[in-house]
Amino acid sequence: MSQPPPFSLHISEDTESDNQELSPDNEGAMHTSFRELIQEQSSLAEAGTELELQERGRGHPAHLAPPDTSASAWLEPGQGEQHPGDSATLRILASMPSRTIGRSRGAIISQYYNRTARLRRRSSRPSLQQLSRTARPSLRQYDLESDPARATLEDKRSLLAKELLSLSPSQRSHMLLSLPLCLAEKRALRRELNEQRSPLGLRPHPTAAPSPCGWCKDYIALGCRHLWYRLLALLPAAQPWHYALKQIGGRFGSSVLSYFLFLKTLLMFNIFSLLILLVFVVALQAAYPPAKANQQPFTGFELLTGAGYFTHSLLYYGYYSNITLNDPSASSLSGSVAPSAPPRLPYNMPLAYLFTVGVSFFATCILLVYSMYHSFGESYRVGSSAGDLAIKVFCAWDFKVLQRRSVKLQCENICTQLKELLAERRSRSCPLSLCQRLGRVAVLLLAWVLSLGTVLGCVVAVHYLLEHMHAVQQEHRALAGSTWQREGILLVLPLTVSLLNTLMPHLYNLLALCERQDSPAVEVYVAICRNLLLKMLVLGLLCYHWLSRIVICSDEECWETCVGQDLYRFMVMDFVFTLLDTIFGELVFRLISEKRLKSKQRPEFDIARNVLELIYGQTLTWLGVLFAPLLPAVQVLKLLLLFYIKKTSLMQNCQAPSKPWQASRMSTVFITLLCFPSFLGAAVFISYIIWSVKPSETCGPFQGLETIYKSVNVWAKLMEKSSPNITWLTWIQQYLVENTFFLFFLSGVLLAMTYCHIQVVRGQRRIICLLKEQIAKEGEDKIFLIQKLHSIYKQKEECA
Amino acid sequence: MGGAGSLLHREALREYQELTFLSKQEILLAYKRFSELLPKEQRDNACSRRVPKSRILTLPELRANPFQHRICRVFSTSEEGDDSMSFEDFLDMLSVFSDSATPDIKSHYAFRIFDFDEDGTLSRKDLEKLVNCLTGQGEEVSLSNAEMEQLIQNILEESDIDKDGTINLSEFQHVVSRSPDFVSSFKIVL
Repeated sequence: MSQPPPFSLHISEDTESDNQELSPDNEGAMHTSFRELIQEQSSLAEAGTELELQERGRGHPAHLAPPDTSASAWLEPGQGEQHPGDSATLRILASMPSRTIGRSRGAIISQYYNRTARLRRRSSRPSLQQLSRTARPSLRQYDLESDPARATLEDKRSLLAKELLSLSPSQRSHMLLSLPLCLAEKRALRRELNEQRSPLGLRPHPTAAPSPCGWCKDYIALGCRHLWYRLLALLPAAQPWHYALKQIGGRFGSSVLSYFLFLKTLLMFNIFSLLILLVFVVALQAAYPPAKANQQPFTGFELLTGAGYFTHSLLYYGYYSNITLNDPSASSLSGSVAPSAPPRLPYNMPLAYLFTVGVSFFATCILLVYSMYHSFGESYRVGSSAGDLAIKVFCAWDFKVLQRRSVKLQCENICTQLKELLAERRSRSCPLSLCQRLGRVAVLLLAWVLSLGTVLGCVVAVHYLLEHMHAVQQEHRALAGSTWQREGILLVLPLTVSLLNTLMPHLYNLLALCERQDSPAVEVYVAICRNLLLKMLVLGLLCYHWLSRIVICSDEECWETCVGQDLYRFMVMDFVFTLLDTIFGELVFRLISEKRLKSKQRPEFDIARNVLELIYGQTLTWLGVLFAPLLPAVQVLKLLLLFYIKKTSLMQNCQAPSKPWQASRMSTVFITLLCFPSFLGAAVFISYIIWSVKPSETCGPFQGLETIYKSVNVWAKLMEKSSPNITWLTWIQQYLVENTFFLFFLSGVLLAMTYCHIQVVRGQRRIICLLKEQIAKEGEDKIFLIQKLHSIYKQKEECA
Repeated sequence: MGGAGSLLHREALREYQELTFLSKQEILLAYKRFSELLPKEQRDNACSRRVPKSRILTLPELRANPFQHRICRVFSTSEEGDDSMSFEDFLDMLSVFSDSATPDIKSHYAFRIFDFDEDGTLSRKDLEKLVNCLTGQGEEVSLSNAEMEQLIQNILEESDIDKDGTINLSEFQHVVSRSPDFVSSFKIVL
């Protein structure tokens, strides 16, 4: 049938070959785990043979009473009889690859030798006809005599060096970096590499000749990396807030740190859009101010309302002109100026305005999708739903936490979480009765009905308030009331909305206390859902009102400036209320609990609520960029202040969250929320305005046009007239941008890619299941072989 | 940092940069912190000195860490077995715990840190000691015996794929690769 594989088993009885690698990897030591394994297997085997005998002898099923292995499980070395057969088997077991890879240098070097050899050999397999058939195909290429695992340390090192030389330089340096060995060992390897390389000189490598492009690419990659490190060393500012973030992470762990990292990300996005807008729109308009002078004086109240002095300033849309900036003859109204030669680089303001806003949105979209993709790739794993406890135990400890008190708190938190998980497992086996289940469902339903009801109530309240304020505004304008009153009225709506946004999350937290969900992750998701629904519905209502022009100042010249001012007010009020919430929610709470209640309980930092506030603020910025190009500057200022305020309040008043918080997954959720309802909503709103809404007649860069987008058509026609060769521009515009077929085609491609990915993931899950079964079977093989080995030694010893 | 830079040979600095995941600034900062652990007379050639374990454990990054002894043990290349660390051992430790270390390296060393009896696998005893470290030894809140048994049984069920009763390196790396938080929590920055 099948020939036994052609190898002979040499068992070295001496321990000297193992002692060449001394502490801390002491391979010769007998370890109790192997002893326990052998004992278990031998006792089970004995029980098995007993059962067989009983069955053959008595003919009726004998009860199997396996000896109590747990009692003998913790045998200390030196206790009990030590069979020489035992020790030989144990020595063999100790040098099994799966056991040595975790502790011995030699094994690591051999493993990496195999890895690099595989890299070099790629996918070339020997053909089946050349090999003899054996019972175990994987042993066909196995030759125990020249197995690199049995060589000395120096030999292994030189083998590995030889393999490394055959790789490209970047692969080699990457392999050297990723060797889990100590520095001294790596240096010895490097020395070996240099020794082996110098006699070779310029001899070509025995492997397939790598293309010159490949080598170029590697050198370029290495060079870029060195340049990047040098750049990082030169710019200490490239890592802003490094110490502050370390302090926060050291005291509160990764969960609270994720909020501050999210803040930093938003800051980068805003600085980026601000730079683009500053350079291409704001600075140039500031260099060519329009003819209308600013009539109103500056009072401090403008900072709050955004009206008054700010109305005719760079902050808002109404200030920007609709002419080519550096062309003195171009003007929409006058034609009496003598015509002069057109300027060399005409700067068409309307076009610049539209394109800059478009480019900043597009770039933000790309950055967002990229960070979402990156974050999702890190946090999602195929088949990661199972195995909670093992993951919790192995990955729960946050090494960033430094302070003794925080470490103690972390220990307590982990203990509580483990107990909760274990209790959940136990309760899963005894499910609730029907009554209890119905009760739970009723409570959940009630809570949801209540929260949805409050959301709808808030939306309706805001709607009526809007109409009421509009009516009051009209009255006041008719009566010509004082400036203070008029501007004060402007603030009522933003005040109410911010008040609702601040108070409702606390109500939802109370609801969540009554609900008492099973898992804390579900609690967080439910809270996020409710808060998000409230904020997005209110914003949607406001957008609808802005679009239908039922704005508080609807008879102003510029409705765009009005909308911009509204958004400015909303942002400022949001900041003020965040400040108030921090002071009352955290500082006052701590003072009360310390002085009055005399308890050490400090308020916890509510991460989800704070991140949603950041997302809300960012949505306001994106909604308002078209109407107020300097709004990102306001947001940058707001985020900077928020960082320091939140950090100070955190350090003084808060304690670390006690609920488990999966930082990676939640960061992915937050970036996704930033992308989907927030950025997408803002992009849809802006696109609708650009494509379908008539801009105001008398102010701004798009005066007199049908829609904002028509300025591109005007420009394209102008380009055609001036240089008739550029027909591709109109072709692009006609067939790609305005034709809907292209968009459908793109969406179709996207859907097809998504479907392919889903199928790939499904296939991978199936393969993982199959491979797990295969490994379990290999494990059974291993135990069988250990047992047989043990019995062979026993027989040998008994015969001897 | 300029002063410390002159004490660390440029050639050595370049080599350390190539063989570890640390940047030049991080290596210089590590040198500064390491020489502060040495007594004044030994600071001039800090590269060849060994710092005893008790001094290493005074670092704020390791002071309160329940795995401090295991970390010193794993990274120390001392022949006497007293877990003293040289500058290179210190760099090794910082490299593994740095931001740019690969998840492979981190999980390899995490396995070695959790392998309390150093037999190359995580047996039940190792797991018990690990859980005790995590939940704080001898504190008021700790797991009862039955809970510990249940926990270890569940862990072995979830991670021991070849069913030999212990968790070897590959199984450990497989479990840990499923958690995206591991890389960010297995981090120490000076």
